Amino acid sequence: MSRIIQNIEPIGAILLAIVWISPLVFAFWAAFHSTSDAVNFNLTASWTLDNFRTAWDGAPWMRYFLNTFALVTIILIGQFVVTTLAGFAFAQVRFPGRDLMFILVLMQLFILPEVLIVENYAMVSRIGLFDTILGVGMPYMASAFGIFLMRQAFKGVPVELHEAARVEGCGWFGILWRVYVPLARPTYLAYALVSVSTHWNNFLWPLIVTNSPDTRPLTVGLSIFGAPENGVDISVISAATMMSVAPLLLAFLIFQRQFVQAFLRAGIK
Amino acid sequence: MSRFVQIERRRQAIYGWILLSPAVVLLSTFAFYPSLATFWSSIFSRQTRRRPSEFVGFENYSDLFADPTFWKVVTNNLIYAAATIPISIAIALAMALWANSKIPARGFIRTAYFTPTVLPMIAAANLWLFFYTPGLGVLDQIGGLFGLPSVNWLGQPSTALWAVIIVTIWKEAGFFMIFYLAALQTIPEDLKEASDIEGASRWTYTRRIVLPLLMPTTLFIMVNALINSVKLIDHLFILTKGGPNDASKLILYYIWEMAFAFFDAPHAAAMTILVLLVLGIVAGVKFTVLDKRTHYQ
Repeated sequence: MSRIIQNIEPIGAILLAIVWISPLVFAFWAAFHSTSDAVNFNLTASWTLDNFRTAWDGAPWMRYFLNTFALVTIILIGQFVVTTLAGFAFAQVRFPGRDLMFILVLMQLFILPEVLIVENYAMVSRIGLFDTILGVGMPYMASAFGIFLMRQAFKGVPVELHEAARVEGCGWFGILWRVYVPLARPTYLAYALVSVSTHWNNFLWPLIVTNSPDTRPLTVGLSIFGAPENGVDISVISAATMMSVAPLLLAFLIFQRQFVQAFLRAGIK
Repeated sequence: MSRFVQIERRRQAIYGWILLSPAVVLLSTFAFYPSLATFWSSIFSRQTRRRPSEFVGFENYSDLFADPTFWKVVTNNLIYAAATIPISIAIALAMALWANSKIPARGFIRTAYFTPTVLPMIAAANLWLFFYTPGLGVLDQIGGLFGLPSVNWLGQPSTALWAVIIVTIWKEAGFFMIFYLAALQTIPEDLKEASDIEGASRWTYTRRIVLPLLMPTTLFIMVNALINSVKLIDHLFILTKGGPNDASKLILYYIWEMAFAFFDAPHAAAMTILVLLVLGIVAGVKFTVLDKRTHYQ
């Protein structure tokens, strides 16, 4: 009995882990079995790839993958440029209005792009970016979180390096590019991971701004594919779901340590 | 000398604003202007083919307050927040304490806890659909083993919201665990040694030393969880579409529906402003609480 009490924590931890992973495991299992076998939990049933074939033929997945890939890339490049410049300005340049601007940026942490969908939709349509990948990405480029992160990273750079580069005749841009950016590489990596996983998974805004298979990202494609009106059965939905989470999930499992570290770094600073 | 300083100062001011300009343009276009425009459109009536839009003051707001669906949705969202915030924080804390302790299969445990975080909410909803489907779903099958009747978890008003809540907790607990893990690693080893020497039990050590030291992290997570309780609604599109009978409809979903399914932008705008007000209050509280925290350090 005392043995059990002693081990109650490891048992609890493992039970919780099993519960937590089970939805994924069940979907994985269902994706490789026929619907009736999956539903009846026929453990001896043979494995099949039919669901993947059906799912793959049911929607332009390749296109969706490319769209999502283009989307996260565009957002990431935009964010890097915008947050680097702004973060540097807030960290190392003295100019009138800096503190007020910083407060405005912090405010944006709470004005969620998700809440402003109606007006942002009007804005994106007005500037002719409706149903374009750029239109999906634009509202996220000036990320307050990113600016904050870069400011913190740049503030940690020793003044001596800045001075040394200046003495060597480096201009402002040169100092930023050759001193600050290389030193902030870990922060960039962390931010990139957080940004990519966030926007790979984003749904509501792309749903509103995209209107054709040529721009639709995976999440929106998946939701349309799985809509009950389409009458797709559960094994095929599981297969489609597995397919669309596979790249990010594999990347996570391979780079797990870096991934967690990245989240840690992004979270605490 | 002073002229030199003045030139340098002016130069910095110009550089500063040039560096900031892309961010300023984008933030104005997609955050500040839309906020003002939302307020503006919330005080005008809806434009129809027969009637142009006209100034109505706060009529859209009073319409909302008179709309039972609005109150239903607000209540739902309050329940959603009141359930997801404390439960996911409590689970995240347990996960972090376990994932940080010397425990067998720690690698597997960490991976299992964190994996839902990297999945899209839409995918998560699809996975859970497999659990909830009446008759065929995993929950019913397990219930069936114990002779329980089949339950339509997503199709009946009394359980739909809870089914949605469970998916949210499952999705965000692992994410919050990460923040706790980070904080746990900053607690000095000496504290553990000191409490061991004093003969304190693990439980006492956790309750008296670890939990108080985690307080700032808890506050930070709480704000995040609160924002999530407004933001995380993607799974509604798959699981319930807000139904049955609005039983699981949340505010942001209602805003979307109002604007893009009923084409009633003014009321959607009024609702958006109310949400922004609440978020503003949260922001105010956060910054004052955080100020207090830095005061301590």
